[in-house]
Amino acid sequence: MNVEEFIHKIEEEYEDLQPGKMKPDSEFRKLLDWNSINALIMISLIDTEYDVQINADDIQKSITVNDLFEKVKKRTG
Amino acid sequence: MAIFSFHNVKFSGVSGAIPLKEISNSDYKWISAKERDLLIKTTGVEKRRVVPGFRTITTSDLCFSAAEKLLYDLKWDKNEIDLLIFISQSRDYSIPQTSAILQDRLGLPHSCMTLDISLGCSAYVYGLSVICGLMQSGTIRKSLLLVGDISSLGTSYRDKSAYPLFGDAGTASAFQYEPSAPAMHFNLMSDGSGYDAIIMPDAGMRNWIDRKKSFEYKKYGTGIYRTKLNLHLDGIKVFNFSLREVAPNVKELLKVINKTVEEADYVVLHQANKLINEVVRKKLKVPEDKFPYTIHKFGNTSCASIPLTIASELQTALRMKHANLLLSGFGVGLSWGSVWMETDKLVVSDIIEM
Repeated sequence: MNVEEFIHKIEEEYEDLQPGKMKPDSEFRKLLDWNSINALIMISLIDTEYDVQINADDIQKSITVNDLFEKVKKRTG
Repeated sequence: MAIFSFHNVKFSGVSGAIPLKEISNSDYKWISAKERDLLIKTTGVEKRRVVPGFRTITTSDLCFSAAEKLLYDLKWDKNEIDLLIFISQSRDYSIPQTSAILQDRLGLPHSCMTLDISLGCSAYVYGLSVICGLMQSGTIRKSLLLVGDISSLGTSYRDKSAYPLFGDAGTASAFQYEPSAPAMHFNLMSDGSGYDAIIMPDAGMRNWIDRKKSFEYKKYGTGIYRTKLNLHLDGIKVFNFSLREVAPNVKELLKVINKTVEEADYVVLHQANKLINEVVRKKLKVPEDKFPYTIHKFGNTSCASIPLTIASELQTALRMKHANLLLSGFGVGLSWGSVWMETDKLVVSDIIEM
């Protein structure tokens, strides 16, 4: 798994996100027009695709897409 | 471990009652059109049935109508009903219990035992286990499980995290003692450390109503204003809990009773929200046509969601033939559980609108 693949999955899930616009160092809250529902979508995407559970705290402590990706990567078998 | 099986109890019939008043979430003006669309798409709640207001219809009114209709369709003699259980978080009074009021109103005999239980989204699976347990004596011939909630009046209009989700409904399920009935299997669990994930903070004995503080609107986040008498729902916490616990609970039950998801004709989940339920569906690998929804038209109906979904979506299928049902309820408490049961030519009444 790599961060590009993770970004590709995010692009598929969030319809409003222009493909190619999100980079590993992008601040995902700014790009995804962040609200609690978008947080739920992110949690379910990561659960479905990687079988990893992230919580509100994990999201809060992440700024960039890569921050989030690293948390997921650390927890996959 | 609360994994156990009961024999001797036949699931005879089910019915549901909903308010006539329909609300569409596309009319929810508290949030922007864009956020509204995302909300509807994600939660799956397009429309909801709600009571017109306080002092109009109560949960027990809905359950009463559902029970009357079901007893009529079953052609049961009311004198044979020895047990009535009412499960709700919206009782008629703090004191007394609602179940006794329903016993009298339905014209059930004094020899009928009545019991209130306070549970939310896990109410139906828990209630089934209590009904089955009490009926093991063999002397309780017939019983009613009345389950419902009015949740719409507990939320604040200016709380986007709770207001658009809930619908109101009442249901009735009927059971009879039948030694040849197939077993029902349960796996019931709880975790009180999450008690504050879904909570109405004031008006219970822990935080009794303060004439000023309980009624003050406070901001809890963007688009989230409510009082301490309103329902508070920590969406992300509940979401994490559901993703973590529901599928493993069901899988554990199936493993213990040596069944597979493929053997279930229908898997009926508490109608929490579309996103949660779809993730659970995929985890359990349930095909879409075995996984009925009512959340789009009735909203999250709390206690009532499982029996209401059975009555509304599986009426034709269950009336005609034998079926294996796998049910799972999860939420407030936190409390969750699943049940495997069989039905045979179940009496399913038409949904009542009132």
